[in-house]
Amino acid sequence: MTTNATPKLDAPIRRRGIEAARAQQALWLLLPTLIAIALVAGYPLYRTIFFSLFEASLTTPDERTFLGIGNFWFTTAEGVQLGFLQDPKWWEAVKNTMLFTVVSVFLETVFGMIIALVVNTAFPGRAFLRTAMLVPWAIPTVVSAQMWGYMYNDSFGLIGRGLLGGQALLANTDSAIWALIAVDVWKTTSFMALLILAGLQSLPTDMYEAADMDGATKWTQFWRMTLPLLRPALLVALVFRSLDALRVFDVMYVMLGPVNAGTTSMTGYARLQLIDNSLLGMGSAVSVAIFLIIMVIVVLYVTAFRVKFD
Amino acid sequence: MNLKRKNPALYYLQRTGFYILVAVITIYLMVPFLWAVLTSFRRSGDLFLQPLQFVTAPSTLNNYRDVFANENFINGLGYSLLVAVGAVAISLLFGSFAAYALGRFRFKGKSMIMYIILAVSVFPQIAVLGGLFTLIRTFDMYNNPIALVFSYLIFTIPFTVWVLTSFVRDIPGELEEAALVDGASPLRTLFSVLFPVMMPALVTTGLLAFINAWNEYLFALTFMGTRRTVPVVIANYSGATQFDQPWGQIMAASIVVTVPLIILVLVFQRNIVSGLTAGAVKG
Repeated sequence: MTTNATPKLDAPIRRRGIEAARAQQALWLLLPTLIAIALVAGYPLYRTIFFSLFEASLTTPDERTFLGIGNFWFTTAEGVQLGFLQDPKWWEAVKNTMLFTVVSVFLETVFGMIIALVVNTAFPGRAFLRTAMLVPWAIPTVVSAQMWGYMYNDSFGLIGRGLLGGQALLANTDSAIWALIAVDVWKTTSFMALLILAGLQSLPTDMYEAADMDGATKWTQFWRMTLPLLRPALLVALVFRSLDALRVFDVMYVMLGPVNAGTTSMTGYARLQLIDNSLLGMGSAVSVAIFLIIMVIVVLYVTAFRVKFD
Repeated sequence: MNLKRKNPALYYLQRTGFYILVAVITIYLMVPFLWAVLTSFRRSGDLFLQPLQFVTAPSTLNNYRDVFANENFINGLGYSLLVAVGAVAISLLFGSFAAYALGRFRFKGKSMIMYIILAVSVFPQIAVLGGLFTLIRTFDMYNNPIALVFSYLIFTIPFTVWVLTSFVRDIPGELEEAALVDGASPLRTLFSVLFPVMMPALVTTGLLAFINAWNEYLFALTFMGTRRTVPVVIANYSGATQFDQPWGQIMAASIVVTVPLIILVLVFQRNIVSGLTAGAVKG
């Protein structure tokens, strides 16, 4: 009897001991990653937030004057508006970025869905299309920006000269944003298609056989079965693509140059202030605003769609 | 299947429609790239030709010769390779430790750590640009590839941790338990038991992280003065004269940096899809 009682008493203690040891080991294993994240993300983010409250130059960050929210909103006694929130160029960048995000993510989803559905059906040449699908995705963004910049060129380009008869699409901000959307859609539709295709292939086939037997048209099957079942995969893909689009930089900067990129993308505007104009405080304030915008959108997405990450 | 017998006309109409769609998709996906390939083989004088004449114009390797004679480009390839490999190696090492802990151990604050890592992976890089820049200046690391390796960890680490964690979770536990019973330390278990099983996952994750690091532009543009990586070189490619955009050479340089990526992607096609879905769809 006594020999039975001892392990009964011992077991929880010993298990707790093992669990504590495991927890400690886990911490050691996580330590390099946590330190790296703190060094490359945590501390620089803190510095950015810190500098957003000061007037400072990028070349001499130590000679700074405290401004509070002055980088965001400040009107001098003479009525000169200095905060970036008072700068029409910032709002133009915001408007263009939002337009870019909404339109390109929408088109990518629709095209990605069409391509995924086509590749998901059996037909000769399917393997080839599956491969072709990966090409735009594998091309570096800067390269695709240059490729399209060349195609849009008004004296050499397939589109600029050939289709539009020598119109400089990128010279005009209103048409440029649509030209840039086209580049992004071309480049990232593949990514959407890949994710949707992976989702499609995990759907049970017997369900479709049953639906066929019941005489449901392909159209009904798509709206009533495929789309609802794809929802979780589709939503996460949408979140990731939207966040990528919101922080877009490369395409604008390469195709339009620093100054025009400053009115087409929020990131372009921030970099223009921060690096080209050397305004460390102002640029940091803009960066903080972008960070907040993106975090708010993440929270909205996650709560509205109840996206599960586990 | 029944439609073929019931209504052949409609069946063949549908079939034709479908193949037209396939053709349109293929053209849409491939033409910009093929046009760039074609341009890279054309003489600069031929760029003015009408499309049809342009296609049939004689080919030349001059653009490629010029590109490989361009010191900036060659150095760019070197710096890109160094920086991307460095960032990926560190991320895989740290990432596999973290993934092992997150995928196999139970401890307090685990989901908190998962959320922090996820938050960093949606981080806009611009949010740390100013902070990192002043840090790099403080440590006198401007124009130093090590600074770039270090800064790339901001996107390669969360990505590798996230993807590897979902792989580690799928590995059956018996393997590791046997090692634990034999008294192996976690590090030893990780290296001798889990690493061999994780090899395909490590290759896939490494490849995807490599592609991201190879393509990175904002940090490379900002933190390097003369030691430019390949994307920055391509974005600023200039010819003999300042006002003439050497499109043929730009396209040749673009093809040179893209073709290895396309080959890698095609070889690892299946793994890449599973890696992407592990990284994005599962969360």
